[in-house]
Amino acid sequence: MANNFGRILSSKRNVGILSLIGAGSLTAGFLLNREHVTAGAQARRVYPASAEYPDLRKHNNCMASHLTPAIYAKLVDKATPNGYSLDQAIQTGVDNPGHPFIKTVGMVAGDEESYEVFADLLDPVIKERHNGYDPQIMTHPTDLDSSKLTSGNFDERYVLSSRVRTGRSIRGLSLPPACTRAERREVERVVVDALAGLKGDLAGTYYSLTHMTDQEQQQLIDDHFLFDKPVSPLLTCSGMARDWPDARGIWHNNTKTFLIWINEEDHTRVISMEKGGNMKRVFDRFCTGLKEVERLIQEKGWEFMWNERLGYILTCPSNLGTGLRAGVHVNLPKLSKDPRFTKILDNLRLQKRGTGGVDTAAVGSTFDISNLDRLGQSEVQLVQTVVDGVNYLIDCEKKLEKGQDIKIPPPFKK
Amino acid sequence: MPFGNTHNNFKLNFKVEEEYPDLTKHNNHMAKVLTKDMYAKLRDKQTPSGFTLDDVIQTGVDNPGHPFIMTVGCVAGDEESYEVFKDLLDPIISDRHSGYKPTDKHKTDLNFENLKGGDDLDPNYVLSSRVRTGRSIKGYTLPPHNSRGERRAVERLSVEALNTLDGEFKGKYYPLNKMSDAEQEQLIADHFLFDKPVSPLLLGAGMARDWPDARGIWHNDAKSFLVWVNEEDHLRVISMEKGGNMKEVFRRFCVGLKRIEETFKKHNHGFMWNEHLGYVLTCPSNLGTGLRGGVHVKLPKLSTHPKFEEILTRLRLQKRGTGGVDTASVGGVFDISNADRLGSSEVDQVQMVVDGVKLMVEMEKKLEKGEAIDGMIPAQK
Repeated sequence: MANNFGRILSSKRNVGILSLIGAGSLTAGFLLNREHVTAGAQARRVYPASAEYPDLRKHNNCMASHLTPAIYAKLVDKATPNGYSLDQAIQTGVDNPGHPFIKTVGMVAGDEESYEVFADLLDPVIKERHNGYDPQIMTHPTDLDSSKLTSGNFDERYVLSSRVRTGRSIRGLSLPPACTRAERREVERVVVDALAGLKGDLAGTYYSLTHMTDQEQQQLIDDHFLFDKPVSPLLTCSGMARDWPDARGIWHNNTKTFLIWINEEDHTRVISMEKGGNMKRVFDRFCTGLKEVERLIQEKGWEFMWNERLGYILTCPSNLGTGLRAGVHVNLPKLSKDPRFTKILDNLRLQKRGTGGVDTAAVGSTFDISNLDRLGQSEVQLVQTVVDGVNYLIDCEKKLEKGQDIKIPPPFKK
Repeated sequence: MPFGNTHNNFKLNFKVEEEYPDLTKHNNHMAKVLTKDMYAKLRDKQTPSGFTLDDVIQTGVDNPGHPFIMTVGCVAGDEESYEVFKDLLDPIISDRHSGYKPTDKHKTDLNFENLKGGDDLDPNYVLSSRVRTGRSIKGYTLPPHNSRGERRAVERLSVEALNTLDGEFKGKYYPLNKMSDAEQEQLIADHFLFDKPVSPLLLGAGMARDWPDARGIWHNDAKSFLVWVNEEDHLRVISMEKGGNMKEVFRRFCVGLKRIEETFKKHNHGFMWNEHLGYVLTCPSNLGTGLRGGVHVKLPKLSTHPKFEEILTRLRLQKRGTGGVDTASVGGVFDISNADRLGSSEVDQVQMVVDGVKLMVEMEKKLEKGEAIDGMIPAQK
């Protein structure tokens, strides 16, 4: 935690925060104030921890699996410097007991410091969710050098579209579950300001959800770009939909291949996509765009939340590390009916979703196939996994078309 | 939210302009009243338990409202909210409750003997009669704000109090998280079971947190007196029966409430009440009596008469569908109840329902015979 504060105090980001405050005497005191509102300064605690401990007996999520009464008692009186508490972090998991087959995460972070202050709970949750990755001893590799990607062009008789997404958080501002209206508006200002500096094939326009015209809205719906107020109780119970649609919006480049969501589940969601199977070009644009946006915010004294323990810091622990989901819409009529399909996907470290995204069903035999992992491998490694995996799936499909047999690949080794 | 005020203190580092919500597209009482200056004045305040202005208004910010239906747009987190945020809540209360002034006094009258008539509503038209109110337990914060520990304490105390009831009130408590399937089926069949709120008006205020922890339903053996624990308020108390004997329903309501109150007082946790606002509840719309007395009544002809709405307004009554608030009527059967809550007593309000429904049934009968009802239309009450 001391490390993060050191970086904040030394960066030019101070300029941004000072302009936000305005008033004289508060200015000098702001950063000091943050230190004074320390962990452990809970205003009201009438009942002992044992009386407050949630009833998790019918729950099936990562938070419920790891939140023992002892850990709860240890952490319940702590707060991050902004005042975010354990009860807030776990509320979504308490309110959503989960599903016997689908294990959700069950908690969120309200700010960067949540991952430090509540490490006793978050570390085991991260370890379970990310396949044994231990934040206490491991480091996460970041690699956005897309030139390293090989064989990134798919057979377009099978792959209909290619897409890579991730998220980025602006260091120094609270995350969507906890952010104040002022902070959320500042995220919007910082990001929109940076995006206005993009040039060439990345140049684009911002559409604020509050000020969008009906025509713009319709166009964005037709393009499948428009995001709406979250309805999933997993999201709404964490408080991230407060004040909707204030300071929310969508930016996209003129060629509609690079798209950024502002203040939905994360500060930003960055998406590169196009029809067809040219994953290489999609990933190139993804990396170039991300690096360019990062350069532009750094010019103004801001930076992304990142550390070598957890990689890129996002709201949901499931999106730590790369926060990356690279995927395709691919037609696999024969393979999808083969009983070995699931096992093949598992061994390739891939997951299937319907073409509407998470929690939707496939239409016909077109699936959304993407990487399972987020943390512990780099962006290049994960996209390569998708490329190799999807090529293997297409190969299986072709074999089945010719009446040949297919093999389940050996389990993936990093 | 029960998390202390450290987060609100952090917000004070930002300018008022930066934090003031965008209410330009909003249509609720809170949005009409909360100017930027008022926001500036109240934003650093908190009640002793740490409930802040943003906590009060969040539901109204998240739910811009409807051009035709004016919602309240704010809630109280504890008894003190009505004091600390007076500058905001007094004008809202005045708007919502027909000009009720900050200096006005509210009359409480739970003497059922003061009700005239009410035992002779025609059961051919009046299918059922019901009176409900809410009660908050002094010393505990309210559902938008309470912690799990507090909510459980409210449940414990309430169940203890309810279990002392005997005679016609003897009954049993069914906690939501321990209900058997058979019990659940029965409660649904009886139309007693309440479910986790789905309305974003309620969810936006944080009152559904930790569902179904410490929520439950208590009812007497005769199934005519029912208490909801920890739904939108600490307690919702309901007296009901089939047919038109509102007098009996009201008697049981008053007697039962008094018995429950005595038990709570013995534990030094009486009900939240003061002589200005009457009974203090989560939503400012339920202050005063918190009472909704109503009937399900068949008015197929009257309900299609062009003067139906005006008649209701003059009688100080409101109509709802038979599913309750925000539902439509089925087969000409309406839920008719008092519109007022604050500024008139329980007896006054139930009297208006009794007299008004009696008159409307007479009108319905006239319309059935093809006769005009113009001479029967009342003056504004």
